[in-house]
Amino acid sequence: MDFIYSFIPASILTQIFVGLSRTVILFIVTSGLSLILGVLRIPNVFHGSLYMIGAFMAFTITKLAGGGYTGFILALIGAPLGVALLSLAIERGFFQFLYEREHLMLILFTFSISLVLGDLVKIVWGAEFKSMPMPHSLEGFVTLFGGLPFPVYNVFLLVMGPIVAVALWLLVNKTKIGKISQAAAIDREMVGAVGINVSWVFATVFVIGCLLAGLGGALIAPTVGVTLGMDHTLMMEGFLIVIIGGLGNIWGALMGALIFGLTQSLGILIWPQFGIIFPYAAVVVVLLIRPTGLLKSTW
Amino acid sequence: MFDFSGKKGRIWGYVGIIIILLLPLVLPRFYSYTVSMIILLGLFATSLNFALGFGGIYQLHHAVFYGVGAYATAIMLTKTGVSPWICFVMGPIVAAILSLIMGLICIRLSKLYFGMLQISLGSLVWAIIYRWRSFTGGEDGIHGIPLPDLVASGTGAYYFTLIISALSFFIIYKMLKSPFGSTLQGIRDNPVRSAMIGVNVRRHQLATLVISGFFAGVAGVLFVVVDNSVFPDMMFWTLSMEVTIMCLLGGWLTFMGPIVGAGLIVVIRTVVSGYTEYWSLILGVILMIVIFFLPDGVLGYFAIKFKGKTDKQMVKG
Repeated sequence: MDFIYSFIPASILTQIFVGLSRTVILFIVTSGLSLILGVLRIPNVFHGSLYMIGAFMAFTITKLAGGGYTGFILALIGAPLGVALLSLAIERGFFQFLYEREHLMLILFTFSISLVLGDLVKIVWGAEFKSMPMPHSLEGFVTLFGGLPFPVYNVFLLVMGPIVAVALWLLVNKTKIGKISQAAAIDREMVGAVGINVSWVFATVFVIGCLLAGLGGALIAPTVGVTLGMDHTLMMEGFLIVIIGGLGNIWGALMGALIFGLTQSLGILIWPQFGIIFPYAAVVVVLLIRPTGLLKSTW
Repeated sequence: MFDFSGKKGRIWGYVGIIIILLLPLVLPRFYSYTVSMIILLGLFATSLNFALGFGGIYQLHHAVFYGVGAYATAIMLTKTGVSPWICFVMGPIVAAILSLIMGLICIRLSKLYFGMLQISLGSLVWAIIYRWRSFTGGEDGIHGIPLPDLVASGTGAYYFTLIISALSFFIIYKMLKSPFGSTLQGIRDNPVRSAMIGVNVRRHQLATLVISGFFAGVAGVLFVVVDNSVFPDMMFWTLSMEVTIMCLLGGWLTFMGPIVGAGLIVVIRTVVSGYTEYWSLILGVILMIVIFFLPDGVLGYFAIKFKGKTDKQMVKG
């Protein structure tokens, strides 16, 4: 290990790990965004709101379950499911009637829902900060690399990331719904012509994507103050990640999240006040080299 | 509707102009403030519609240029000793330059990519202004901006807004009727075919973005004159959506549509804010209703219903 230290200062290593755990959250949320973009061709603006709602739901569930380990597990399961139900209601209630309309109307419609959801969250949970308690086993720090403290929870996130990625890979490539949705992404009329109910394929993909947003929200909840405005921050990051990855490409979202997470956490070291500029600069550079994103987009 | 070409129409037009000119003399200060807001937001929405409705560009974060124009003027007015009139001119120019930079980055991408990237880059501008406390006043913004005596009073600000907006509307209208405007609408309807007959699509779209950003900056400067303050919410995405809703509600394929939409939204907001603080919720619901039931907007609805125009004719304008 001393060998590494001779090249890289310890603070940078810590920031890299922090960036990687941020990457996990970004990947989980934006892979859902990317999935919806790929199959339904909608930039889902209220994805950020669902992420925020996921975090708030996780907070409420933990509180109701009295905190502790069970509360945390229940929150991790319950919050994404709650978000999924909400998104199912939105999809069946409004969205399914709009698929034939032009893109501008679709994106504006998702916008209108994000406006409504933002205020509904304010009505239900109020405008003040909420902090969700962590289970004891995930509290505290582990020492990495000779004495550097690193939060246990971030280690947990680093474990969760690959699990979700593998699950997503299995879902897309090994299940029937995954294969149908891949086909629908390329040619939805043909999929309809062979007798598959495209409307329900869309609904399923949409709900799975939104579930991932809820999961991301529930996972981030214990580490930050859950508050209004989370939706906006996530949305501006999520869109960029999806764009540099290639629209609708889940692995592109992974690469995008990696670039974004790392430049963000390292940028803070360089210029604390405006660290936010670095990921954007990285994105502009990527887009100048590859205007359509790093990986092939699905459409 | 809003066709002032006939004799009767012309008389109504003159009556309207006289009423607008006399308003601040008879109405209390609050109402003339509201009318100035309608006019300047109408200009703001028209500048958006220049890119969105006529250019077919998904300009989804237009408020950035409005905000940056206002901030540029406000910062120059408070921190430098330059003549205020030069500050007023600089606001739109800074907005146009920003528009050019963002346009150069975004224009390489197709429609949806463009809109998404613009939302992100626009949010970055917002975040920088929000955090740069020493320069922009951060979260609070800048208040009590010193204005030249001519526009410092409510009435002065009203007439200034009216004259500048009328001039801007005239210029935008003339541009839409010029060969440039026709090319623009051609690109909107069929970019591939336009490119085939030798139109430089990218350059035209870039010019559209710069013009649209410039007039958003003009609206921003007018806001500084009318409201005497700037704050980061002026370039938050909620406002961008609000303007897009104005275009859509009034009719985004007509010239007068955004102005009508701005009037409706401002009136609704003024009425509603007395009862509830949840303006976003109401805005969202309005947008949903418009998308489902009034896709051509209020003016488009009247045009189809009373003039027998079809949807396709609406698109052709």
